[in-house]
Amino acid sequence: MQDKGSLLEKNKVKAVYQQVEERITHYREFAEYPDENRIEEECSRCMDCGTPFCHSLGCPLGSLIPEINSAVARGDWKDAFLRLSARNNFPEITGRLCPALCEASCSLSISGSPVSFRNVEYRIVEKAFSENWIKPLPPETENGIKAAVIGSGPAGLAAAQQLRRKGFSVTVFEKEKQPGGLLRYGIPSFKLEKWIIDRRIEILEKEGIVFETEVNVGEDISPAYLRRSFDVILMTQGSSVPRDVNALGRGLENICFAMDYLSGISKSLSGEDDGEKLISAEGKKVLVIGGGDTGSDCVGSAVRQGADSIWQYEIMDEPAEWNDASNPAWPYWPVIKRVSTSHEEGGVRDWGVEVYQFSGRDIAVEKAWCRRIEWYSDFSRDGSPVRKYRTVPGSEFQLDVDLVIISAGFLHVEQSRLLNSLKVKYDRKGNIKTDGKGRTSAENIYAAGDSSTGPSLVARAMNSGRIAAESVIADFGV
Amino acid sequence: MEHKTLYRKSYEHDNCGVGFIADINNIQSHEIITKGLIILEKLEHRGASAGAEKVGDGAGIMSAIPHELFSEYALSSSINLPSRGSYGVGMFFLPSGKEHIKNIKYDIEASVSAEGGELLFWRDVPVDPSVLSETARKSMPVIKQLFVSFGKLKGEALEKKLYMLRRKIEKKITPQFPIDQFYIPSFSSFSIVYKGLFVAPQVSKFYSDLNNPLFKSAFAVVHQRYSTNTFPSWPLAQPFRYVAHNGEINTIHGNVDRMKAREKSILTTAARPDSSFSEEEFCRAVMPVINEDLSDSGCFDNVYELLVHSGRSPEHSIMMMVPEPFSPEYHISQDRRAFYQYHAALMEPWDGPAALVFTYGNKIGATLDRNGLRPARWCITRDNLMVLASEAGVIEIDEEDIREKGRLSPGRMIIADLDKKRILSDNEIKAVISRQKPYRKWFNENLLELKNLFQPPESSIIEEVDISYLTDMFGYTDEDLKVTLKTMAETAQEPVISMGNDTPLAVLSEKPQLMYNYFKQHFAQVTNPPIDPLRERIVMSLMGFIGREHNLLTETPEHCRQIKLDHPVLTNDDIRKLIEIEIEGQRTEVLKAFFYPSEDNGIQLENAVRKLCEKAENLIDNGTTFVVLSDKNPEPGQVPVPPLLAVSAVHNYLSRQRKRHLAGLVVETGEAREVFHFATLLNLGASAVNPYLAFELINYLKNRGMIDPSVKTDIAFENYINAVKKGLLKIMSKMGISTIRSFRGGGILEAVGLSEELIKKYFPSVVSRINGIGINDIAETAVERYKKAESGRGDENRFFVNSGNLHYRRGGEKHLMSPEAIVLLQRAVRENDYSLYKKYAEEIEKNSGSLNTIRSLFRFRKGIPVHLDEVEPVSSIVKRFVSSAMSMGSLSREAHYTLASGMNRLGGMSNSGEGGEDEDRYRISEDGSDYRSHVKQIASGRFGVTSSYLVNADELQIKIAQGAKPGEGGQLPGYKVNSIIARIRCSTPGVTLISPPPHHDIYSIEDLSQLIYDLRNGNPSARISVKLVSEAGVGTVAAGVAKAGADMILISGHDGGTGAAPVSSVKYAGLPWELGLAETQQTLVRNNLRGSVRIQVDGQLRTGRDIAVAALLGGEEFGFGTVSLVCIGCIMMRKCHDNGCPVGVATQDPELRKRFRGKPEHIINYMMFTAMHLREIMASLGYRTLDEMTGRCESLETDTDNIAVSRKNLDFSAILAPSDGEFKNPVRFISSPANECRDELESRMIKALRGNIEKKAEGNFSADIRNINRSIGARLSSVISVMYGSEGLPEKTLNALFRGTAGQSFGAFLAPGICLKVEGEVNDYPGKGLSGGIISVYPSSRAGYSAGRNVIAGNAVLYGATSGKAFFSGIAGERFCVRNSGATAVVEGIGDHGCEYMTGGTAVVLGRTGNNFAAGMSGGIAYVLDRDQLFDTRCNLEMVNIEPVIMMRDRDELEKLIREHVEMTGSETGKGILEMWDEMWPLFVKVVPFEYGSIMKDVWEEEEKRYEYAR
Repeated sequence: MQDKGSLLEKNKVKAVYQQVEERITHYREFAEYPDENRIEEECSRCMDCGTPFCHSLGCPLGSLIPEINSAVARGDWKDAFLRLSARNNFPEITGRLCPALCEASCSLSISGSPVSFRNVEYRIVEKAFSENWIKPLPPETENGIKAAVIGSGPAGLAAAQQLRRKGFSVTVFEKEKQPGGLLRYGIPSFKLEKWIIDRRIEILEKEGIVFETEVNVGEDISPAYLRRSFDVILMTQGSSVPRDVNALGRGLENICFAMDYLSGISKSLSGEDDGEKLISAEGKKVLVIGGGDTGSDCVGSAVRQGADSIWQYEIMDEPAEWNDASNPAWPYWPVIKRVSTSHEEGGVRDWGVEVYQFSGRDIAVEKAWCRRIEWYSDFSRDGSPVRKYRTVPGSEFQLDVDLVIISAGFLHVEQSRLLNSLKVKYDRKGNIKTDGKGRTSAENIYAAGDSSTGPSLVARAMNSGRIAAESVIADFGV
Repeated sequence: MEHKTLYRKSYEHDNCGVGFIADINNIQSHEIITKGLIILEKLEHRGASAGAEKVGDGAGIMSAIPHELFSEYALSSSINLPSRGSYGVGMFFLPSGKEHIKNIKYDIEASVSAEGGELLFWRDVPVDPSVLSETARKSMPVIKQLFVSFGKLKGEALEKKLYMLRRKIEKKITPQFPIDQFYIPSFSSFSIVYKGLFVAPQVSKFYSDLNNPLFKSAFAVVHQRYSTNTFPSWPLAQPFRYVAHNGEINTIHGNVDRMKAREKSILTTAARPDSSFSEEEFCRAVMPVINEDLSDSGCFDNVYELLVHSGRSPEHSIMMMVPEPFSPEYHISQDRRAFYQYHAALMEPWDGPAALVFTYGNKIGATLDRNGLRPARWCITRDNLMVLASEAGVIEIDEEDIREKGRLSPGRMIIADLDKKRILSDNEIKAVISRQKPYRKWFNENLLELKNLFQPPESSIIEEVDISYLTDMFGYTDEDLKVTLKTMAETAQEPVISMGNDTPLAVLSEKPQLMYNYFKQHFAQVTNPPIDPLRERIVMSLMGFIGREHNLLTETPEHCRQIKLDHPVLTNDDIRKLIEIEIEGQRTEVLKAFFYPSEDNGIQLENAVRKLCEKAENLIDNGTTFVVLSDKNPEPGQVPVPPLLAVSAVHNYLSRQRKRHLAGLVVETGEAREVFHFATLLNLGASAVNPYLAFELINYLKNRGMIDPSVKTDIAFENYINAVKKGLLKIMSKMGISTIRSFRGGGILEAVGLSEELIKKYFPSVVSRINGIGINDIAETAVERYKKAESGRGDENRFFVNSGNLHYRRGGEKHLMSPEAIVLLQRAVRENDYSLYKKYAEEIEKNSGSLNTIRSLFRFRKGIPVHLDEVEPVSSIVKRFVSSAMSMGSLSREAHYTLASGMNRLGGMSNSGEGGEDEDRYRISEDGSDYRSHVKQIASGRFGVTSSYLVNADELQIKIAQGAKPGEGGQLPGYKVNSIIARIRCSTPGVTLISPPPHHDIYSIEDLSQLIYDLRNGNPSARISVKLVSEAGVGTVAAGVAKAGADMILISGHDGGTGAAPVSSVKYAGLPWELGLAETQQTLVRNNLRGSVRIQVDGQLRTGRDIAVAALLGGEEFGFGTVSLVCIGCIMMRKCHDNGCPVGVATQDPELRKRFRGKPEHIINYMMFTAMHLREIMASLGYRTLDEMTGRCESLETDTDNIAVSRKNLDFSAILAPSDGEFKNPVRFISSPANECRDELESRMIKALRGNIEKKAEGNFSADIRNINRSIGARLSSVISVMYGSEGLPEKTLNALFRGTAGQSFGAFLAPGICLKVEGEVNDYPGKGLSGGIISVYPSSRAGYSAGRNVIAGNAVLYGATSGKAFFSGIAGERFCVRNSGATAVVEGIGDHGCEYMTGGTAVVLGRTGNNFAAGMSGGIAYVLDRDQLFDTRCNLEMVNIEPVIMMRDRDELEKLIREHVEMTGSETGKGILEMWDEMWPLFVKVVPFEYGSIMKDVWEEEEKRYEYAR
């Protein structure tokens, strides 16, 4: 730890973004991350807490943040990299995408500006790539156990790597053309360029992981065959059933789910769209329903496609403004009004709005019927407090729209033939039920990531994959 | 031996009062006896008696054989008694029962005739049992005297014969009876001992011989015992046969063990023909030398008598056993230094506080330990009577008749030689002894030093791959490297951490543990003082000899042919030189300490250890003088034997074979890295340690830039060694041990969680009470590490994993206060949500239940539940809650006020901590808040402890130790001392404030009793509590504290918090409160003391469940430290020591303080929740009140379902043993005994002056005073402080004049307006806590001696004084003005450690000072008259400058003070100086602390300008 006073008062480093006018002309990443010197300085702000909340409560992966900061602060990037890799399989992903719960729980953020660990992470891993520290680490000995990983999102990839390093023979099945899952198809390129995923996949392949793409397990190969061919199966296919909007006229055209919208763009950029028609917002009046990160991604994408106007409605109340660097909800993630880079690029946001009807003269949507709602506190039957809402009488209004993108989150895993025939049980929310450590109700079948936890963050998915892999390793006595 | 409870007899301590009187002319008279008995009575207050019944802990008198008395007896019984000196008298304590006595007599008679003696007769000693207490009477032995002669044998020859005879009798009979039934108090032709279980006045009533005018002696040695126990023990009363001891031998275990080992060499002495028997016969007869049933003093007596009977003179023997310090800082002759060095190779010091009176024949001498921790004052009359005692004034002697007065200085000796009819001074005695043989020549010619063993140096470089292999093998973690090694190598200090330790005990942890972690350090509390290893470094020594020891009973030049080590840490070069040693007679052999893993690793390890032991013995038999146990360079498949196990096993095996002293035992290991590792290795048997891997790793860190580049590699090594040295000194000092020689092999540790079998076999000297893991687990852990190392070979991507031992890490070591718990608790108290509290409690219990605490392994036994409504309400429960002591200084003002206000609103109490309190807080504030700390702490620094501070408390708490760092002092760095803190601590902003490790007025239990007495007088309505820290034996200490009159005893767990403490203290000292509390409860109940004292407990208390467990184990009140801070915002940042608390709780930084968000409600909510939680548990167990619940440990049982209990073989039955089973004594507080603190003299004074106080009118009082009038002035001051606050009365409103010798603590806490004068002298602690009053002490005008050379005041004068003045026309003892922070004092000479830790005020010394002046002095000024120009050699220059007195302001100030001194005392010395002022002032020097000087510079310069202007 360095001198208190002055360093406490310093604000965290930030990435610098290209000007809006410039960045909306392309789909490339537009963040310029702080350089090594600046990051070393940033790391020296770390107070090396006796109880580091960033590492313990914040980061889902339990990243060894204090030690990493201290290594970077003294210029030992290699040590920092080794420590970063110890808990995080793909820091190049989290370094770009993670909302950084660690920063919210940084002790500095109780009354000041936290250490910006996401930037630290980014810089370490990119340095590691440029210094060629990141090498495939195939196992020295094979243990002969065959593992199938279903789905190649962050949970599946992390689990696959963990298992492979312990000598499992690992096959990752992906129904799309290329591995990566949501990382590749759900997240816009301007936030995560796809070569980053390719770079990692290449390493994983060199470590000996086999990728079977364009295989929809359960359809293209039978569950029984899968069972026979593998000693252990890990389900990481994600939570892909989207939450729909319960509104009249939902059947009209030009109303789509965010994931279809976003993946279409991704596929078209990579040329794997196979002539599928791209949903385009060009020249359109766009309504994005849902105020979350995916909604924001849709806004950014629509801006780039040249939308005429963009509205983003959120059903929850408008969060409070909070312009201080500190975190009012420390050490938790604060519910505050955030402006994403996409929001900077365009669109109008509104909160406490419910869309209850769509209408159109033709088959295409033309109007969204909306009304305002208000939230109040109540108690559920078991006496626990719940939030409920009621509509505000007379608040109805209509919005002219050409394209509606529903970005209201996901419900649960797709309860496919595969899962059903393997007799995997589901939890109350409809996700795969596990013991919390990845073990499902079916023997030698494990689950991780959104498919068992419900939709969540990349870091949580990776951690979930790691935990499931640990369980496999323990159960097989490796 | 089976132990049902935690109590052990071996924990008992005793401290006392001691004295002697001797007629130097050797005229035997009965008057000597009478006077001896008077001395005894005047020392009565230094002894203890339990309860209303006057049991007493023992008293006795030793004198010459009263030949007239026995002649008359013989005559009247028509028996022939030989002439004076040609017969011996044995005093016998015998069992009752005629048959026993008959048998014993028969055996004795047989022994006498077998030795060729003649049994003259038996005499029944006339006694009067009716004067005894019930208890003493019940245990009274039959007392008889045996008279024997050996023909014409006389003098020493007879004495030696009697010694042999006694040993033979003892060997025959002792095994048949416990020591309480058969014991020989004395058996000599010189002296006789009458002793028993008395309080002083009972001695002569019981033994009517002592009243018989025919009972004549030229000397009498008396002793009043104060023991922590109340179990009757007649034999343990003192004097022993030759020695009477006031104090405690801290190193007793090691001394006894080593003595045993030496017996073999003593026996192998070639037989030398003697007139009556061979040396060998003598040696055989006296083995074993030590009777281990005796107290430490008794064991000392055993060895002393062996030494004198085998030919050394008494003074020589004492100089061997209790050497004075002889490092180069001491001004002693080369011959004397060589004498001590030579003897250091023969015997280690018997270390600890000691005032020893020893006799042999017609020599009666006394000596003090090197630290001078017990007082001894003497005076010699014109008619050649010498009186020496723990206090001055024990016998009334007219001032006119006194020829000389003095005191023993540390390490000094004085002897009354009745044959030569004169006094032998220290210099004379020691000059003669140290030149009786050419010790210097012997030493210089034979000494070996490593640096002289020339070998070309070469560096050993371990490959990086090996580094990673070895670090895995020896279990290194990230924290070991980056915290421990790095800090040590960079700063030469152990790392400092803050907050408490909330990780599990080693045995409860699921992480692999090094063996050291199972051990806990002992530390001194109450019965002996810890030492300050920094400021009093001068008395400590790490120098030791290793090699082959020779026969203790002879002296040859070869005796010191050993290697002298300045410290026990060997560098990699050193050990190689040692291994390659090529000197005749010296040989080193290396024993590889490894085992091979197999099916049964436990057996493998055990076999390996056995082989090590046998090989070591073999080597020694074949002449090896250094055995190196090494785990260097393992071959494939080899697993290192944990070095601690190896060294302790070999050490104990060799000790049992009586061969340990024949070789040095050196450990070469990759495992040792932390200070505590070295300490345990040395304490369990190693002579020296080479941590080869630690050095390699420092090199590794250095190469990777992880060590500050400005620290060069060789400096880094040196720093590391220095850090270990400092740490060792600290650990030794905590036990009050000064030298490594007595620390080595001492076994002063407690094991927690090792199996009985393992302990018995390998660590026999170590206490262990809850059983635990055995050799298998230890072997498995070692093999696991080995496997990890093997599997990690060649892995380039490995890094050192942070184990989360100090700082929390996910997946690392568990912490009770997990991040989740912190967040839940803060939310619960902020949102006032009990359901969140319950979640917090669940989280804590989950953490605890996953093996974080002992209490988590208990479960409640089902009771008959009661309805919750029937249970004592929350409002009454919370009154038993206190927030633990945390000072303003460690906490921010905001945090401190919030805690106090919250606790006060609740009706609980908050504790001021050490550091005074702002007077504003004594009144209710304008917003109605009460910020007064109802508990005021009295700690060793005495900061802000004034009369007004005392009267504004409901409880006064004496902090003996602190859980996080028991036995250590503290330091508030200058940058934290802002103006507010400086004001309330009565010091100067910016000046560092040091709290000494010991209270300088508590070196023993009778001192504590005195401080309690002082405080009771300082505030007669407050209750007095004493804070102790859990360790083995805390129960017996608590018993002593209860006997000292405390109202409440606080038992703190080892895991308590701190603002800053070294890692080794936080992690390895003290025990969990479960053990300490249970032991205290059991011991107090057993001694029937529990009903009169309350017990409070603290240490990581978190939830209602913790409170329930604590209550059932005997706690009545409960303290919350860390958790209350978390309530008001603490996030366990563990940065208190940096002033960098980011939430404004533990910082003084104004910016950070702004971030404080705590509110009194947060504390209140937490306490309420905890009480609610507790009530629920009470209801479920069926307890309606806490009173009902206290001490009912039958409601607890071991949670046998917890797998760890069986897996780790834990046994908590001793903790859960019902304490009242066999005793039927109260198990909780019932009522306070009447605490008599009303000194009749003080009462008279208050009565006479009360009117004047009320009217603020001048008043006078005069009276005679004796040493039994103690704390005079304290109660009068409390009256004034209550009425007038700290302002008091105008100067000299009340004047009192006393004639005679004032008792201890004269003028304690004296308030402004009072002026006390004594014509005569004062004892220890005058002006303690002086708060504005004036004291003046001067000799009677009729005195026949010169005042300037006369000792007029005892030790620790003006300890903790904050303001006021004191004048002493004479010399004062050790530690004059210790911790003075504002008083002005003038004195004419002082002892060692003058002005120690002074932070303010002015001291003027018109004469010589002792050594180590100004140690730790950070503020204030001292003017010293430096006549011999040697002052700078006696001054500790670490923190001060010595300047000439050139400034006019200084000269003026000095002159004025001397003038005032003359006015107040009539001092001749002062007058003389003033008469020749112009010649005298240049001889003065001004001692100015650096820090203080730079802060005051401007003020002084300003003043100086005014002087210049005036001129």
